[in-house]
Amino acid sequence: MIAELGHLALVLALATALYQTSVPLYGASTGDLRLMQAAVPAALCQLALIAFAFAALTWSYVNSDFSLANVYANSHTAKPLIYKISGVWGNHEGSMLLWVLILALNGAAVALAGGNLPPGLKARVLAVQGSIGVAFLLFIIIASNPFDRLDPAPIEGRGLNPLLQDPALAFHPPFLYGGYVGLSVAFSFAVAALIEGKVDAAWARWVRPWTLAAWMFLTIGIAMGSWWAYYELGWGGFWFWDPVENASLMPWLAATALLHSAIVVEKRNALKIWTVLLAILAFSLSLVGTFLVRSGVLTSVHAFAVDPTRGVFILGILGFFIGGALALYAWRAGSLKPGGLFQPVSREGALVLNNVILGAAAAAVFIGTLYPLALEAVAGDKISVGPPYFNLTFVPLILPLLLLVPLGPLMPWKRSDLKGVTERLQAAAGIALLIGVATFAIRARGPWLAPFGIALGAWLIAGSFTDIVERCQLGRMPTTAALKRLAGLPGAAWGMALAHAGLGIVLIGIVGVTAWREERIMVMKPGDAVSLAGLDVTYVGATPFTGPNYTADRGRFVVRRDGQEITTLEPEKREFQPGRQVTSEVGLHQFLTGDLYIVMGEGRSGGGRSVRIYFNPLASLIWFGALVMFIGGAVSLTDRRYRIGAPRRRPRLAVKPAEQG
Amino acid sequence: MQRRRLGIILAIALLLAPAAARAVEPDEVLAEPRLEARARALSSEFRCLVCQNQSIDDSDAPLAKDLRILIRERLKAGASDSQIREFMVERYGDFVLLRPRLTSETLLLWFTPFALLLAGLIFAIRAGLRQDTASPAEAPLSEEERGRVEKVSRQ
Repeated sequence: MIAELGHLALVLALATALYQTSVPLYGASTGDLRLMQAAVPAALCQLALIAFAFAALTWSYVNSDFSLANVYANSHTAKPLIYKISGVWGNHEGSMLLWVLILALNGAAVALAGGNLPPGLKARVLAVQGSIGVAFLLFIIIASNPFDRLDPAPIEGRGLNPLLQDPALAFHPPFLYGGYVGLSVAFSFAVAALIEGKVDAAWARWVRPWTLAAWMFLTIGIAMGSWWAYYELGWGGFWFWDPVENASLMPWLAATALLHSAIVVEKRNALKIWTVLLAILAFSLSLVGTFLVRSGVLTSVHAFAVDPTRGVFILGILGFFIGGALALYAWRAGSLKPGGLFQPVSREGALVLNNVILGAAAAAVFIGTLYPLALEAVAGDKISVGPPYFNLTFVPLILPLLLLVPLGPLMPWKRSDLKGVTERLQAAAGIALLIGVATFAIRARGPWLAPFGIALGAWLIAGSFTDIVERCQLGRMPTTAALKRLAGLPGAAWGMALAHAGLGIVLIGIVGVTAWREERIMVMKPGDAVSLAGLDVTYVGATPFTGPNYTADRGRFVVRRDGQEITTLEPEKREFQPGRQVTSEVGLHQFLTGDLYIVMGEGRSGGGRSVRIYFNPLASLIWFGALVMFIGGAVSLTDRRYRIGAPRRRPRLAVKPAEQG
Repeated sequence: MQRRRLGIILAIALLLAPAAARAVEPDEVLAEPRLEARARALSSEFRCLVCQNQSIDDSDAPLAKDLRILIRERLKAGASDSQIREFMVERYGDFVLLRPRLTSETLLLWFTPFALLLAGLIFAIRAGLRQDTASPAEAPLSEEERGRVEKVSRQ
C-alpha cells in the first residue's frame, strides 16, 4: 500500500512539474503576475510529493518489503539499518529518485529564497527547473520505477554489494548528487537569462552562491568517493581516472570555472556571454555524468545496445536540454550586451586564463573518457584510455594554473602590472623555495620532480594567505589595528584564501603518496616482522570471527617504533553471506607523516599469509585539503553581500538529503 | 593456436583461482629490485582485459596474474620494455594499452586538449586586442541610461 502511494506521489509530482513548467512561463511572457507566482507553491508541492515517494521507498527498505523488486534485488534482512537506508540510493532506481528529490529541494529553495528576484526571472528559473523535473520524473515512472512489485514476494533479499556497505560510500551519493543537481540552478538561471535577454551583476550575484554550494557538495562528494576507494578497494590508490570518477570531475572543473567567471560578471559586468555558456555547460556535464554512470554504456557499448531503453531515454533528455539550451544560446547570446573593458594583465585577464586552462583540462577529461566509446561506435576499433593518458594531458595542463593561482587575487581589476604583483609575492616564493630545498635535503631519494611538487603546494598555501596579510596590512600597521582589519575582512576573502590553500594541501598529499610510497609484499607467518618507514610491523596471527552479515579472518599486526609499541592494526578479510563475495578491510593508522596501510591476503599452507604493507607519506592531506576547500566555500557563502537585498532570508542552500533517510 | 591454448589455460585458472587476492602476490615478486620496478611500471600500463578499468598491476583477476608473471618472465629473459609492449599488442590488440599509441585514429584524442588551450588563449588575446583598440571611448549611453543620469543629477 505504502509503495503504491509512493508511486502515486511520483505521478502527481510529474503533473505538478508540468504545471510548474508551463503556467509560470506563460505568465512571464504575458506579464501576468498571478500566473508567475504559481511557480512557488508548485515547486513546494513537487518537493513534498517527491519527498513522500522517497520516504515510502525508504520505509520499504527499512521494513525489508521484498515484494518490491527493487528492495529484493538490493537489500537483505541481516543488513545493518544504516545500509538498509543507504541501500535506497545504492541502486539505479533509488538513485534516480534521490536525483529528483535533490532537484526538487533546489527548486523549492529557489522558490523560498528568491524573494528578491524579479518576478519574471524567478518564474522562468522555476519553470526551467520544473522542466528538468518533468524529464527525470518521466524517466523514473516509465523506465526506472522503484515501486515495481514482485508476485509472489520472495522471503529474503539478494543483499547489497558488500563493497558498498561502508559509511563513506553510504553518504557519498547524496553529496555528489547535491553537487550534480545543484548545478541545475545555475543552468536554469542561464536559460532564464537567455529568454529574458538580460544578464547583469545582480544575475551573477544570484547565480554565484548556488554554484558555490553545488561546488562544495561536489568537492566533498568526490573526496568521499576517493577516500572510499583508498581504504575499501585495498590497494591504496586514491584516484584511478575511472570513467565514473571522471564523470564527477568534469562538472567540478566546469563549476570551478563558473565560480570564477561569475565573479567577473558580478564585479565588472564583463564575460557575461561566456559565463552563461559555462553555466549551461556545467550542468550539461552533470547530465553527461548521469548518462555515463546510469546507462550502462561504460561497461561496454554492446551492453548498452542490448538493453538500450534507459540509455536512450537519458540520451534523449541529454539531447533535449543540452541541445535546447545551446540552440537558445546561439539564438539569444547576441542580445546580451558585452560590458566592462579590461587590460590583458588584470584580475579579469587572470580569471579568463583560469577559465581557458580549466576548460582545456575539462576537455582532456571529457575526451579521454568518451573517446573509446566514440571510436568503437564509429570505427569499431577498441582502444583503452587509462591513467597514463590523463597523466600526460590533464596534469601538464593544470600545473601552470596551480602556479598562477596566487597571482590572480593580488591583481587589481581593469589594469595591473606583473612587477608589483610578483614583488608582493616575494615572501611566499621564498617560503616555497625554502620548503622545496628542505624537501630535497630530507628526501633525496625518489623522483626529482617531487620536491618541486611540494614547493608548488607550499607556494599555493603561502600565496593564498598573502592576499589576507596584504589586506589587513599586518606588520605595517599596529598589531591591534591589523587584527581588527583581519576580523573585518569579508567572508569571500577568507573563503578564497582557504579554498586556494586547500588546493595546495591536496597537491602536497598527492605528491607525497605518488613519489614516496613504500611497499612490502610478502608471505608472513605469525611472529614475522618487517620494517618500513622507520616502523617495525610484527604479524601476531589471525583469528576467525563472525560479523552481522559476514564471516571474517581478523589479523593482528603490532606496530613499533624504536622498540616502543605504537598501535595494533587489525585488517580483515571478510566473506559476505549472500553471494559469498570477499572483501578486505584495510588496517590503517594515520601518522602525521603518512598512513600505515595493511592489507591481508589469502592464508597460505604452513600458517603463512600473504600480506601487503604500504606506507603512504602525507596521504591524509589529500582529504584534509578537500575539507579545507569545502570550508573555504562555506566561509565564502557567509559573505554579507549575498544577504544584502535579501533581508528576509538568505539563500538556504543546504541540500540535506541525508535527513530524508 | 597459441591463443586458443592460452584461452584454455585461462579458463582453468579462473576455475581454480582463489576468490580474491590483491594484485601483485609475494610469489610473483622478482628478486632483482630494478627488474621488479620495471615490471611494476610496465604492468600499470596494461589493461586487465576481464576487469573494468583496472590495470593488470591493480587487478586480482587470474588473467592479470598470469600476464604479470608472463611480463616478469620476459624481463628476466632480457626483453626490453618496448618489446614487451609489442608482444602484448600482438596478442591482445590495442585494447590492452592504457596509454593509447599515437596513430591516425588517436590523433584527436592526444591533441584536442592542447589545441583547445591554444585556441582559447588566441581567442582571449584577440578579444583583448580588439578591446584595446575600442577603448578608451566606452560605448555611448543608451536613451534609458541617459534618462537615468538626468534623473539622478536633478535630485
